[in-house]
Amino acid sequence: MKHLLILAIASAWNRRFTLTLTLAAIALSVAMLLGVERARNAAHESFAHSISGTDLVVGPRTSPVQLMLYAVFRLGEPTTNMKWTSYEELAQNADVAWIVPLSIGDSHHGFPVVGTNIAYFDHYRYGLSQPLALAAGRRFEGLFETVLGAEVAERMKYKVGDRLTLSHGTGEFGAEHADKPFTVVGVLARTGTPVDRSIHVSLESMEAIHLDWQGGMRIPGLSIPPQFARKFDLAPKEITAALVGLKVRGRVFQVQRTINNYAAEALVAVVPGVALNQLWGIVGVVENTLLLVSGMIVVIGLSGMIVAVWAGLNERRRELAILRSVGASPVAVIVLLALEGLLLTTVGVALGFGLLTVLSLAAAPWMQARFGVVVPAWPGGAEELMLVGLVFAAGLLAALLPALRACRLSLVDGLTPRL
Amino acid sequence: MAGALIEVTSLLFRWPGASSPCLDIERLSIDAGQRVFLFGPSGSGKSTLLALLAGVMTAQQGSVRVLGTELSSLKGRDRFRVDHVGFIFQQFNLVPYLSTVQNVLLPCRFSKQRARRAAETHGSPHEAALHLLDAMGLGASLRKRKATELSVGQQQRVAAARALIGAPEILIADEPTSSLDADARQAFLELLERQCDRFASTLLFVSHDRQLATSFDREVNLPAINRVVPEGFDG
Repeated sequence: MKHLLILAIASAWNRRFTLTLTLAAIALSVAMLLGVERARNAAHESFAHSISGTDLVVGPRTSPVQLMLYAVFRLGEPTTNMKWTSYEELAQNADVAWIVPLSIGDSHHGFPVVGTNIAYFDHYRYGLSQPLALAAGRRFEGLFETVLGAEVAERMKYKVGDRLTLSHGTGEFGAEHADKPFTVVGVLARTGTPVDRSIHVSLESMEAIHLDWQGGMRIPGLSIPPQFARKFDLAPKEITAALVGLKVRGRVFQVQRTINNYAAEALVAVVPGVALNQLWGIVGVVENTLLLVSGMIVVIGLSGMIVAVWAGLNERRRELAILRSVGASPVAVIVLLALEGLLLTTVGVALGFGLLTVLSLAAAPWMQARFGVVVPAWPGGAEELMLVGLVFAAGLLAALLPALRACRLSLVDGLTPRL
Repeated sequence: MAGALIEVTSLLFRWPGASSPCLDIERLSIDAGQRVFLFGPSGSGKSTLLALLAGVMTAQQGSVRVLGTELSSLKGRDRFRVDHVGFIFQQFNLVPYLSTVQNVLLPCRFSKQRARRAAETHGSPHEAALHLLDAMGLGASLRKRKATELSVGQQQRVAAARALIGAPEILIADEPTSSLDADARQAFLELLERQCDRFASTLLFVSHDRQLATSFDREVNLPAINRVVPEGFDG
């Protein structure tokens, strides 16, 4: 076997220029396959870690997926709200340890505005139960103060002390609450979750900017200046959703049932993990399509290898024939070409890994800023190993097909002068 | 025909798809240690006969016995060939990316018997290869050169050394001198003779150039023993 390996290496080195192209094709396809796989895992992880430590997400009766979309991912627009009285009653439930109200609906340059209270900063958790942290400034305390997510601050170049106005509705070009500007008092540290894209204000501020609005329109002829807003009752009448933490997690299904059967208002309580899995199931189609595309790229890369080995066979017929004529058995020829294929695949996979590592490290800041997801630079888990195993198996197969042809042709080629 | 190293009886060979045979030989035998010159014009079936003697192909009828072994029914013909037969090809057939020594050592890589015999005579196959190269007039400076960096004459001698390593019982040389001038041809023949004597190898030398026949123990005119005239061959 050792002498066949030496022969395989020597033969490959002899055809190094042709094989470099094949290697490049394999390396690129492996980098693509593993890159998609890692990005997929990173996205899944980031998705699954968008919220943690919250036992229930409560909102007006709707589908669990839709509630998660607007309450956690701040995507889409809630069609109905839940009453503040329902929220208060829920807060009094003996099983509830903490509750965070969320009022969603306005925006700023496409970034969603979240009306909430101080409990949000105390209880919201993401990743592995990581709390929110301030990168600059402080939490909001008074009216018309805002705490920005990291991406909002970075993209809009806002810093503590800057002023901004909110738009009514979630569209990028909604009517402005221009008469009631907000002051940036804090910027949150990056979380890699939808929090980074959110603008946080107090529920009272949310009420205040809508004092002179009705039915999504400014009331004609009515304008309440910000300094007079405090004179009004700013207690919220409705909110969009609430995040609930329980004293005993084991009680989650009892509390969920209680909320779902709440008589005063049609509400729904969602266990985040279950809803996230449902939601990921929907996104999974895209995920599988991506994996399929990258799989096809590997097939194309390996087809390139088959074509290169197959095309090279004609020029190698003589070489293989000589080996057969000096005693190499058909099995030895197959092993020789298989070793060569394995060698190519190994180097191609190693180069692919290297390329992916370099690209991951180089693109990490941009990926984080643009998508909130970083493709890990280091090898992942069992699925990645399985993919690499598949690439090796395909590489071996790609080498064996020409090998079988070569061993059929080679001896007659070598010992008769009919070439 | 006791003692015959190669014995062909009632041989009939037809290429696949051909309507008539190209070889029909009633009898051909070569004794151990003989130096045989097989000649005939191009297309007379010389190389086909060599392929049959080497077990690369098998005849539709008749018997080919080498060293007392019937090749047509032998399972491991490849192994048998490398163990017992050394080949020198018309185009020398050196592996272009291997060095001179590596080329000579190739049969020992695939045949334990050849490797063992080489080790018995010289201590190791590598030493045997160096010794053969020296004997062929290929000095130390050429040992690490690649086959493509050698002259035609040097390549031919490397091919001969490769065929002789491990002292095979039979050496088949298929028109190895066709690309050499007259002086180089004679020198190579003398070298080959000496080495065959040294290893007690039987030599079957094939050529269409009958002038070379004087250096051999025996001449075999293939058209004379082949009862068919191949298509397109006038004589």
